[in-house]
Amino acid sequence: MMQVPPSPEIQFVGDASISGMSVFQQVEMTVGAGQWTCLLGQSGVGKTTILRLLAGLGSYVDHNGEIIASDGQQLAGRISLMAQSDNLMPWLDVFDNIVIGSRLRGDAVDSTLAKDLIEQVGLSSHSHKKPNALSGGQRQRVALARTLMESRPIVLLDEPFSALDARIRAEMQELAARLFAGKTVCLITHDPGEAARLGEVIYVMSTSGLRQINPPSSSVIRPYDAPDVLACQGQLLRLLREMP
Amino acid sequence: MIRVLRIAAVTGVILLLWHMLVVMTGLPAFILPSPMRVATALFSNLELIGHHATVTIAEVLIGLCLGAVLGVVTAISLALSPVSRLVVRPMMVISQALPVFALAPVLTLWLGYGLWPKIIMALLIIYFPVTSAFFDGLMQTPRGMLDMANVMQGKSWQIMRYIRIPSAIPALASGLRLAAVYAPIGAIIGEWVGASQGLGYLMLLANGRAKIDLMFAALIVLALLTLLLHGSVDRLCSYVVKRQQT
Repeated sequence: MMQVPPSPEIQFVGDASISGMSVFQQVEMTVGAGQWTCLLGQSGVGKTTILRLLAGLGSYVDHNGEIIASDGQQLAGRISLMAQSDNLMPWLDVFDNIVIGSRLRGDAVDSTLAKDLIEQVGLSSHSHKKPNALSGGQRQRVALARTLMESRPIVLLDEPFSALDARIRAEMQELAARLFAGKTVCLITHDPGEAARLGEVIYVMSTSGLRQINPPSSSVIRPYDAPDVLACQGQLLRLLREMP
Repeated sequence: MIRVLRIAAVTGVILLLWHMLVVMTGLPAFILPSPMRVATALFSNLELIGHHATVTIAEVLIGLCLGAVLGVVTAISLALSPVSRLVVRPMMVISQALPVFALAPVLTLWLGYGLWPKIIMALLIIYFPVTSAFFDGLMQTPRGMLDMANVMQGKSWQIMRYIRIPSAIPALASGLRLAAVYAPIGAIIGEWVGASQGLGYLMLLANGRAKIDLMFAALIVLALLTLLLHGSVDRLCSYVVKRQQT
């Protein structure tokens, strides 16, 4: 396997507003080092704004606060992002999509690693296909391999599985849990079941702020039908509905 | 096959209407010649028309290629540099306010009676549509792709090369399709203003000598060539765009 640099913990603190309109206030969140941190909430409460600020894409946001990594270094260049839209280039085949990061930086392409990752996501027989010839689940597997190809210690996931059907989504969660092991992962989701399966740290976000919830005690990835996972899922759904 | 039949049917109807118009109004041949007379003029002057058509084709193709290359380069530099957008964009719009027709005599004065003023006319007339279409495409790269590229810390030229240019290819294709129709207009204007060869020159010459049937023959050849050019560019563009995605 590839060398993964140590994964830091990230502290996110502060308020955010976009052109004078407040998005959220006094949020304090810790993304655990080498852990899955799930940020659960309904649409429009500012989950994605937090993620974009972490990713360094928030130049349009007035962020009054701090983002600190536990090792004191900058986050830029240590982050890999995977969004709901797979953002695959329709004009590149699977292999070229996976190595796009190196190409964009003008670095040499590590094709051994790329081929290894294509195999790990189970797409060896598709590596010369273009995205339009793949199913939705296969496309997200390519996006997953592309995210891994970056070999970054921090992974930000913005509802990457939400557009997939239930079975493929469960498979992708398992694959991601296995392949992102050891990285600091921040997953944005609106699916309580996903948070209950994957979260080692779980936050529920609403317009009134952020609330930390105790995750099930078993380690990830948890079976979706274990009693404690189902109980957690129920508790999260209740909070989603009841938090103002 | 149905397509061919349809084109043949439309052509037939037009020729029939034309013929009936001539017969019914009794217009003399030096005002409106019948389709038969034009066909006769076309085939008896095939070599002459062919010679002039070759000149026009050369002007149009060279103008089209140079204009497309220039348009592509301009659009990319505009998209890469906000400063050039501030400076060059208004200049381009102002240049469009000048009628290209008015420039033709000046170009002839500067460049003489040869091929170049016509090539430059064709180039000028297609430069704006190509630049503008491609530039718009370059500025409309899907946001998610650019976000991803920024998180990956891509260099702006590499992002241009691997993401923005490929995603703007369909936009460039629509610019080139327009250019294929406009380029012959530019070349013909150039030939009208001053030339010793080319279909535009032949048309003026035939008109001046009251050989209206020859003028119509040249006009028809010009129209067919323009259709052929547009059809080829259209096919090529569709092929490239489709090829890019599959």
